[in-house]
Amino acid sequence: MSGLAYARAASLESATEVIGSHRAAEVIAGGTDLLQRLEEHVLPPPLVVDINGVEGLRAIEVDDHEIRLGALVRLNQVIESAPVRDAFPAIVEALIVTASPQVRNLATVGGNPLQKTRCLYFRDQSTPCNKREPGSGCGALEGRNRINAILGGSEHCIATHPSDFAVAMAALDATVLVVGARGERRLPFTELHRLPGDTPHLEHNLAPDEVIEGYRLTRTPLARHSHYLKVRDRGEFEWAICSAAVALELDHGGRIADARVAVGGVATKPWRLGQVETALQGRQATAEAFAEAAALSVQNAVAHGDNAYKLALLPRTIARALTELRERL
Amino acid sequence: MGAIGKPVARVDGPAKVTGTATYAAEFHPENMAYAALVHGTIPRGWIKSIATDAAESVPGVIAVVTHLNAPRLPWKPVDAAPVDPGEGEQLRPLHSDEILFAGQPIALVIAESQETARAAAALVSFTCVPSDGAGLVFDRARARPPSDGTRESYPAEWERGDAEGAFASAPRRIEGSYLQPRLFHNAMEPHATIAAWDDEGKLTLWDKSQWVDNVRDQITRNFGLAEDEVRVISPFVGGAFGSALRCWPHVTMAAMAARIARRPVRLELTRRELYTAVGYRPYTLQDVKLAADEDGRLRSVIQTAYGLTSAYEDYGEEVLDPVGMLYDTMSARTVYRLVELDTNTPTPMRGPGAVTGVFALEMAIDEMADAMDMDPLEFRLKNYAERDLKKDLPFSSKALRSCYETAALRFGWEKRDPRRRAMHDGNMLVGYGMATAVWPAMQAPASVRIRLFANGTAVVRTAASDMGPGTYTSMTQVAADRLDLPVERVTFELGDSSLPMAPVHGGSMTMASVGNAVAAGCKKLRDDIARLDGAEDGEHPVETLMRLRRDSFEVDGAAEPGAEAGTHSSYAFGAVFAEVRVDPDFGTVRVPRLVGAYDGGVIVNPRTARSQAIGGMVQGIGMALMEAGEWDDRLGRVMNANLAEYLVPVHADVEELEAVFVESEDRIFNPLGVKGIAEIALCGVAPAIANAVWHATGLRIRELPLTPDRLLMAEQAARTS
Ligand SMILES: Cc1cc2nc3c(=O)[nH]c(=O)nc-3n(C[C@H](O)[C@H](O)[C@H](O)COP(=O)(O)OP(=O)(O)OC[C@H]3O[C@@H](n4cnc5c(N)ncnc54)[C@H](O)[C@@H]3O)c2cc1C
Ligand code: SF4
Repeated sequence: MSGLAYARAASLESATEVIGSHRAAEVIAGGTDLLQRLEEHVLPPPLVVDINGVEGLRAIEVDDHEIRLGALVRLNQVIESAPVRDAFPAIVEALIVTASPQVRNLATVGGNPLQKTRCLYFRDQSTPCNKREPGSGCGALEGRNRINAILGGSEHCIATHPSDFAVAMAALDATVLVVGARGERRLPFTELHRLPGDTPHLEHNLAPDEVIEGYRLTRTPLARHSHYLKVRDRGEFEWAICSAAVALELDHGGRIADARVAVGGVATKPWRLGQVETALQGRQATAEAFAEAAALSVQNAVAHGDNAYKLALLPRTIARALTELRERL
Repeated sequence: MGAIGKPVARVDGPAKVTGTATYAAEFHPENMAYAALVHGTIPRGWIKSIATDAAESVPGVIAVVTHLNAPRLPWKPVDAAPVDPGEGEQLRPLHSDEILFAGQPIALVIAESQETARAAAALVSFTCVPSDGAGLVFDRARARPPSDGTRESYPAEWERGDAEGAFASAPRRIEGSYLQPRLFHNAMEPHATIAAWDDEGKLTLWDKSQWVDNVRDQITRNFGLAEDEVRVISPFVGGAFGSALRCWPHVTMAAMAARIARRPVRLELTRRELYTAVGYRPYTLQDVKLAADEDGRLRSVIQTAYGLTSAYEDYGEEVLDPVGMLYDTMSARTVYRLVELDTNTPTPMRGPGAVTGVFALEMAIDEMADAMDMDPLEFRLKNYAERDLKKDLPFSSKALRSCYETAALRFGWEKRDPRRRAMHDGNMLVGYGMATAVWPAMQAPASVRIRLFANGTAVVRTAASDMGPGTYTSMTQVAADRLDLPVERVTFELGDSSLPMAPVHGGSMTMASVGNAVAAGCKKLRDDIARLDGAEDGEHPVETLMRLRRDSFEVDGAAEPGAEAGTHSSYAFGAVFAEVRVDPDFGTVRVPRLVGAYDGGVIVNPRTARSQAIGGMVQGIGMALMEAGEWDDRLGRVMNANLAEYLVPVHADVEELEAVFVESEDRIFNPLGVKGIAEIALCGVAPAIANAVWHATGLRIRELPLTPDRLLMAEQAARTS
């Protein structure tokens, strides 16, 4: 009746075949973001391919070296996993502050990093938005952009990537397992998403026929010493206005041997801050060192009016996350 | 049996929690079809072309209605109801090619299913020609006084004494500008109407409404029908806060659609549509100037409000009513202005006017107290008004002093360090703040029909409504009390325009209006039965009926305001105390504690009354910290028109809430002694929190909501200045 077709895939191979051969078809997992878009006619796909019946994607596999998450693992399942909590605390902490328990019971780790931006213009289909309708202009650039990005934006789009989980995954050097018509491949998590540039409608580096099968996370001492901190407009059930996933490894002298810093709520993709990580290296883990390194986070940041407060908020969020983590080590 | 004052559990509670309570969208007349709307996107102009064939060709579509083929309705003139703006004309949907605001409905699709209707609506294409209108930028330079036709209650100018002169010559002065953004009711239940015409041309509407009689009257006029040809049914309302006071255009469209489809049609609005299809609390900018003597006596209060209205209706509200009466000030002056925008018309939202005016006034009072180095509570007590100086009348009752004392004691106000930024909890800044709350007590004529049965049960009926506060329960209690029956033996029916007339369920006046009608009806019933041949002195009316072998006895009862309106001023009062915790790095604010004490007259049901009060506090947390419609003044749209981006408090934002009702009864105002407790509960919460944030941080942020961006930018501004 309505131009929306639905198909059920029995295997990932058949799913990739169908979405590869139908333009703009999308898989549906938890549906928690896709249904919002269908409801509001925001890039409604003509065909959704339900992958919930696919076997073997719901497991969290643990061994001595790594942990593998299947794409259909629900967010709450990760929170409840003791091995993940122990080896990758930042991931569990990011998920605990994601959405609500109800949403997390449905939402999957495969769908979460591919949820669309919360940019107000993207979500209101009667306004200009280059991401939704290439060439129509960017409503947010000079509009209500309090929640938009100060990092990684272009003159075409300054939408933030909204996921918490993805920020932790970027910080902890996760690998994405991808399946497509031509077989499997691996992708560093930090290369999953694209910068908007002049093609903000292209958000990730998956080919039309490719889907996420799962992730690999390598256990490291660094990842065990990780932490996620989120700042938001209300107590719960809200995306970040700023967040930080951090990891620290200290040497015997209390100096920082290695560090990871990724931030969310401020950037167009899950954002690794290499210059902050480098600045931390070799320093004593003091509040002063944290503040100095964190200050570098806004070196290349650009504010657009309503979101100027993020220039102050971002370094403070990183410094606080590092301080809280230091207290735990 | 003294049912009044008992914490009776909601009589409709079991129906609500088991899902048998039927809300407007949940009726299922046989053979019902479904409607969906198409909206214009430009803020002002004309529809140039509209193409409906793609939608019409979708299987299951019954009809697509636009201004080109909509039935011409008679639109008989109608006297503005008290819930309508005093001047202007409500949007006539699908009436012409004119577009008055972005989001205006320009077509309606009727189909066999809701999904088909919505999908087909997306296929309607159209072109529009923009034109000049009132504009989209809220600019106080374009402000004008409200039109002549608007009510006395919001005069363009009002003054007692020489307020400007007193201000100029006073030793202590402060002034500031305060902004309250556009706020939305966001009740849980979306608006919905089901319309069904019968073979004789009579119309039944199942509608979400706070006033079924008004919906009947409006629809009667719009369609040129007689009063007995329209019946409006609304037994349950899932929250409204004022959004269901008026008869909005979608009600007319539902009736139109049912006439075209020749079968019942349901039109249920989507969440996004609720931001344009019904009203909202208007964006309001205010300037406040206060002056005092060296000893802390207020000499002058001058408050100017610039309220937003649409270009097609003059919506005004009593923002400035509290200014002249809340404090014992030697002089006072108010100026009220409207700014037109090309947008849909605002409408009352819980505590309309007073909530807005009190927010600015109570923040300014706090600033004045600080400027005087006085405790904010002491400053308010010093300027306590024993009399309504605005109306120059005594109060029919006023227990505000006891509200202040009770709330301060429960809160522990004496622990407040008078210095700003002086209280801490670990890294967090702690602040205490307070504010006064006020709301006019009102009564309107109401009527009821009461039937007492010889089996000891009674049924009370009226066209009142219950949007959630517990009208069903409290009215049952009044009747049980006055008939000397157990609460379980009394049934209360409401929400049907075929029942005896009742006033609007708004303005906190349902208990004063309908409650007194119930009490009067019960008295009449007892008197009439006592006068029956063979009735014996002192016996219960049920005994009389039994002995006289009468199955039942019915009376009509009514009540209306007495002469006291001319001799006394009646208000409900309250005092709200707030504690906040502010993260100095992030600018995030938490409210661990709110304590409110209220003078609301006699409390018929302390349980539902508490529920009202804490509900108002939660809404107040939202108003203070997160709620705001984000208006894009290039597009003429509220950009966050959904519940993912328009934030309201969640459980995690709400911690300790304490509500106390102080000893109070107002028998001058009405025989039951009640005043009203709905609107007052929201009043004062936001300024109490904002004053606490100032106490915690030293930042005076005069724009709501107090989001992290505002705190961080204010901190930066404070540092550079
Ligand atoms: C009220 C609410 C609050 C929220 N708050 C937060 C928050 O605070 N933080 C946060 O991070 N998120 C938040 N979310 C978003 C939520 O976490 C995501 O919607 C969810 O994780 C998406 O997962 P899903 O399985 O439901 O995806 P779906 O909705 O099914 O799909 C989302 C997208 O991913 C694609 N997709 C799904 N699975 C795969 C796969 N295996 N391979 C390739 N593509 C795939 C789909 O095609 C679609 O484009 C919130 C959501 C809601 C509704
Ligand atoms: S920021 Fe991106 S998503 Fe938002 S309006 Fe601009 S183009 Fe669209």
